[in-house]
Amino acid sequence: MSASGARRPKVVFEGVSKIFRKRGDDLLVLDDVSLTVRDGEFVCLLGPSGCGKSTLLNIAGGFERADRGRVTIDGEEVREPSSRRVFVFQEYGIFPWASVWDNVALGLRHMPAGERGAIVQATIDMVGLGGFERAYPMELSGGMKQRVEVARALAVSPDVIYMDEPFGALDSLTRLTMRSELVRIWQQQRPTILFVTHDVDESIQLADRVVVLSARPGRIADVVEVGLDHPRDLGSPEYGRIKNRLYELLGVQHTI
Amino acid sequence: MLGPALSIVAGVALLLVQERLPGALRSVVAPLAVALVGGALWSLAVTWSGTFTFPSPGDTARGLAELVRSQRLWGDIIASLFRVSWGFSLAAGIGIPLGLVAGWNTRTFTALNPVIQGLRPISPIAWIPIAILWFGIGDGAGIFLIFLSAFFPITVGTMAAVRNISLVHQRSAQNFGLRGLELFRRVVLPASMPQIITSLRIALGVAWLVIVAAEMVGMDSGLGYLINDARNAGSRYDLVVATMIVIGLIGIVLDFLVRQLERFDEVRWGYVKR
Repeated sequence: MSASGARRPKVVFEGVSKIFRKRGDDLLVLDDVSLTVRDGEFVCLLGPSGCGKSTLLNIAGGFERADRGRVTIDGEEVREPSSRRVFVFQEYGIFPWASVWDNVALGLRHMPAGERGAIVQATIDMVGLGGFERAYPMELSGGMKQRVEVARALAVSPDVIYMDEPFGALDSLTRLTMRSELVRIWQQQRPTILFVTHDVDESIQLADRVVVLSARPGRIADVVEVGLDHPRDLGSPEYGRIKNRLYELLGVQHTI
Repeated sequence: MLGPALSIVAGVALLLVQERLPGALRSVVAPLAVALVGGALWSLAVTWSGTFTFPSPGDTARGLAELVRSQRLWGDIIASLFRVSWGFSLAAGIGIPLGLVAGWNTRTFTALNPVIQGLRPISPIAWIPIAILWFGIGDGAGIFLIFLSAFFPITVGTMAAVRNISLVHQRSAQNFGLRGLELFRRVVLPASMPQIITSLRIALGVAWLVIVAAEMVGMDSGLGYLINDARNAGSRYDLVVATMIVIGLIGIVLDFLVRQLERFDEVRWGYVKR
């Protein structure tokens, strides 16, 4: 991924710290996290549960404030949510009261109807939900709901997409399919993606770079480059080497 | 004597047979069998006690026929339904918007909620003297009492629905820049709708209970008044029980009508799983 080195910085974390105050106790969740994500880069934040990776994402999305440090996008400090940077949520964030079509059209509601219709249809087709435009989320499987969620985010052509363990609730086969679809879509549109996961394989399959966070308080343990071209061979020695390295960084026994 | 005995035998036989019937038929046959046995026991109790006041099922059926033939029943049904529909509509018209705003806006909620919670446990029946004082004997008092009965369940239910909107949906709305009226129309209202409909159902049920009591005490028409009148005008308990049955049937129909709201695509998600 030598090409990514030439691209300009997109999302920059500068010394981000976050403290949760609970019952009088101060709990340091994130400790001085600094990271530069380049334009069009796919970065995975990998770490054990409770390491603050979701919090880091929420700060970058403008849903939470850092106690120290800041996050900038294109040099501008993030202060509130914006539809230029879209979240794909861990639980289903799509609206169960709206059809697939209306969900995907949510971010395009101020657009002229004709233009909007074309984009919505194209996005629905891209995530493989053609024919389900009028269906309601409750009529769809978990994987299809997550596709709607991804489509809703893609429809607004965001600069940055934040994904918080988006495939966590899916069965393992659907998860594999969704990953390869996500990579396909990312290669077509090249948005910057920050993807939170605790799944080592998921991070190697998706990311240009894997940012490993330590257990609480979350600090960056290391950043691992995945120098593999897509489609990636999950059985290659290089894949295995990266996997060992990530397990080592996480401090987990990886031979059973 | 032969009739009740036969009914019990038939009812018990049906209950024994129904297990072998297909599901759809069973759901009709089993309640029918229970009703047959219940009616028979009622009839036997009347015979054995030797009462001349309490009606048998047959007396009640004849009383019901008499009520249906007389112009009186329809007038009273219409009087009760008139008060309930006005009081209920006013309560929904004020309670739903108020609940939406108070549920969403924390400051409004903090100010209003204690007052609402304080007034809510007061039975609408307790308001009857005040209703008569303010509105006199007639529709005004009835509508006011039904308004009170329905207003609290609807407002509290709507408020709770809004406060239960999931964080993910709130953040989705924020993320896509929904604000003001658009936020209400696209997220707050539809997200609360299933629970609002449930609170409408509860409120209409309460309203139908209260109107009968209100009409028995403070009005000169309606089904509640009909019950009182039947007793006072010569202890016509056959008409009393017949009117009670009419009240029950109308209650079922009202509930059925509100439940039709649950079938819309936009709210069905709220009843499947949550």
